[in-house]
Amino acid sequence: MPFVTRYFIKTSLMFFVAALLCALLLVLRPFIVLPAFVVGLTPVYFHLFMVGWVTQIIIGVAFWMFPKFTKEQPRGSEMLAWSTYILLNTGLLLRAVAEPANAVQMWMGWGWLLALAALLQWLGGFAFVINTWPRIKER
Amino acid sequence: MPRLSIWLIRAALIYLLLGFTVGGLLLWHKGLPLNPALWRLLPAHMEFLLMGWIVHLVMGVAYWILPRFQTKRPLSALVWLSFCLLNGGIWLISISTFVAFAPTIQLVGRIAEVGAIMAFAVHAWPRIKPTSL
Ligand code: HEM
Repeated sequence: MPFVTRYFIKTSLMFFVAALLCALLLVLRPFIVLPAFVVGLTPVYFHLFMVGWVTQIIIGVAFWMFPKFTKEQPRGSEMLAWSTYILLNTGLLLRAVAEPANAVQMWMGWGWLLALAALLQWLGGFAFVINTWPRIKER
Repeated sequence: MPRLSIWLIRAALIYLLLGFTVGGLLLWHKGLPLNPALWRLLPAHMEFLLMGWIVHLVMGVAYWILPRFQTKRPLSALVWLSFCLLNGGIWLISISTFVAFAPTIQLVGRIAEVGAIMAFAVHAWPRIKPTSL
């Protein structure tokens, strides 16, 4: 299993746990008093699950298992794979902090951080597609 | 990888880009407001990523690697039908917030998606078997 795939899969498992912890916090609200930001956790829960866990494990396994690009470079560009990893995860972590914070705190900085989170994730998705597209072929 | 899987997986990658682009715009707008009308793209974001990215990818990989009969993948026509219905459904639901008769268009879109999944399931059913059969 390639080194970067191990990072993708282990990080995806951590996001899976984090997503379910968010889900747990959301259903705990009627029972205990929790900080105000918990209200803003619904989209965070969903995206930690779908981007952090599902999409990330797909990306890691695709890099490992999809048809070879060429004999010399069977998995395409290692650099693009690492870029995907860093951009997607930094963007998602930033979103996980800035989205609930932006919902409860009037500070312009959170808005800028959300915009940055959007840009980083978009670039991460783009890097993955560029690296994977040429590997989707008959042999 | 068979030709049909190439179509399905490439479609998945295109939908990933479309879905991330719309999602990125929505997230940017949540932080630094651009235009409130962007929220009309939320159903497109959800369709592009759940049905477009995840479902196309799963169908493409399943068509490729499920056990075959000798070398054959039977009932392939059903998977082409599924591909067409799924795309029809995704686009009908995605545009529904921009046109009149939204509830009717959403209904037709969902029916197309149900049809797509049923067609795929009928194709896949006999292939869920021990590899040796
Ligand atoms: C596989 C990936 C993704 C899936 C399946 C997905 C799916 C969804 C779904 C179902 C919703 C509606 C949630 C609700 O109404 O509570 C949603 C909302 C949203 N998504 Fe995504 N999404 C994905 C990735 C992304 C990415 C990469 C971004 C940004 C870069 C993004 C940005 C948003 C935003 C801003 C909303 C609106 C949140 C709100 O209600 O305020 N999504 N997404």
